[in-house]
Amino acid sequence: MIDKRVACIEDAVRGIADGSTVLISGFGDSGTPFELLEAVLDQGARDLEIVLNNAGGGDDAIVRLLAADRVRKVVCSYPRSSLGNPVFDRLYAERKVELELVPQGTLAERIRAGSAGLGGFYTPTAAGTRLADGKEQRVFEGRTYVLERPIVGDVALVKAYRADRWGNLVYHSAARNFGPVMAACGRLTIVQVKEIVALGTLDPEHVVTPGIYVDRVVELGI
Amino acid sequence: MTGLSREQISWRVAQDLPDGAYVNLGIGLPTSVPPFVPPDREVVFQSENGLLGVGPAPAPGTEDPELVNASKQLVTLLPGASICSHSDSFLMIRGGHLDIALLGAYQVSAQGDLANWLTEGDNKAPGVGGAMDLAVGAKQIWTLMEHTTKSGEPRILERCSYALTAPRCVTRIYTNLAVIEVADGLQVREIAEGLDFAALQRVTGAKLRPAPDCRPLRFVA
Repeated sequence: MIDKRVACIEDAVRGIADGSTVLISGFGDSGTPFELLEAVLDQGARDLEIVLNNAGGGDDAIVRLLAADRVRKVVCSYPRSSLGNPVFDRLYAERKVELELVPQGTLAERIRAGSAGLGGFYTPTAAGTRLADGKEQRVFEGRTYVLERPIVGDVALVKAYRADRWGNLVYHSAARNFGPVMAACGRLTIVQVKEIVALGTLDPEHVVTPGIYVDRVVELGI
Repeated sequence: MTGLSREQISWRVAQDLPDGAYVNLGIGLPTSVPPFVPPDREVVFQSENGLLGVGPAPAPGTEDPELVNASKQLVTLLPGASICSHSDSFLMIRGGHLDIALLGAYQVSAQGDLANWLTEGDNKAPGVGGAMDLAVGAKQIWTLMEHTTKSGEPRILERCSYALTAPRCVTRIYTNLAVIEVADGLQVREIAEGLDFAALQRVTGAKLRPAPDCRPLRFVA
């Protein structure tokens, strides 16, 4: 029998190894699995490379992971927040955390490429800019493209809305954002949901993330 | 002060959005454009976080904290709206499916080079967001900005001094002082009332030429 449900959030994040690359869904606060991140804080994994759109803000769990010196590298498109992020700004200025800045669409596509078994792709994004420095560029049909390599996550932490025991997922509104592409890209994909429903409840036409990508689901009621 | 206010720049851009257009709004000034779209036109606004058919801010009491736009502002969805993942959203953006992207800018060059993500002397960690994908992907890039910096330095230049977002992508520039088409150089389509062409040229760092039918740029309430 397939049953991806775990009883508690501590079980959900069990076994995340030091040095892991961790994909974190979300766009600002929308769709960010803050409760899983709190559990990772308690779980203790360190030397992490985190891949996400923003780098936290205010006093959220991402900022506290950074403040606790648990993050070696941040791969993101926009490490700024309207709430401010003085912790990241300080660590960046002191070169205590590495930043790989990736255009947002390239970030999504590198993750997709990782999930899809591709060796890379050529994109027009960033051609002729400093974010293409050191990367192979090729001209196709008169247009310049930049070679981008895939990202594969050792772990993906994803927030969805509803799941079943097979790990099929639906999302809530704009909180979908990076969830589907990251869920498919984690070697270990861990999902927090508001509720787990009986198998067969989710309409197959409406499932956004097929359960094959998902390893663990924890129900949080929020 | 001659020319339009920031809100009036947004109004002016909205008057040019055609019926049926799919339009992405960058962060900053572009987010104030939608209320000014003439009511007889259906314009579909896309937000890079996977929304197509973005509506206005929610009424008090109906907010959904996870329903935000690219600027992380609370929004609503209109009837006919759809939600997709980041992969699909940037497929729309990068793949040439959007008619127009409205973007803020620090600088634009005479060739349409865009600089809108990094300024000199900003020591904070840089952020690029979706700007580079939008700049290469939408069929047209219209920029909204003040014609000069606060200290009066031109933002429209022969060459951008700031790091580029993308070369040769801007097709139209809307400022408080002018509407300028980027087509084989910079052609002034509209010029603020009370300003003559020579005065506009003096606050512009690149050579301008007037369109044969150059008109006054004016706000009509």
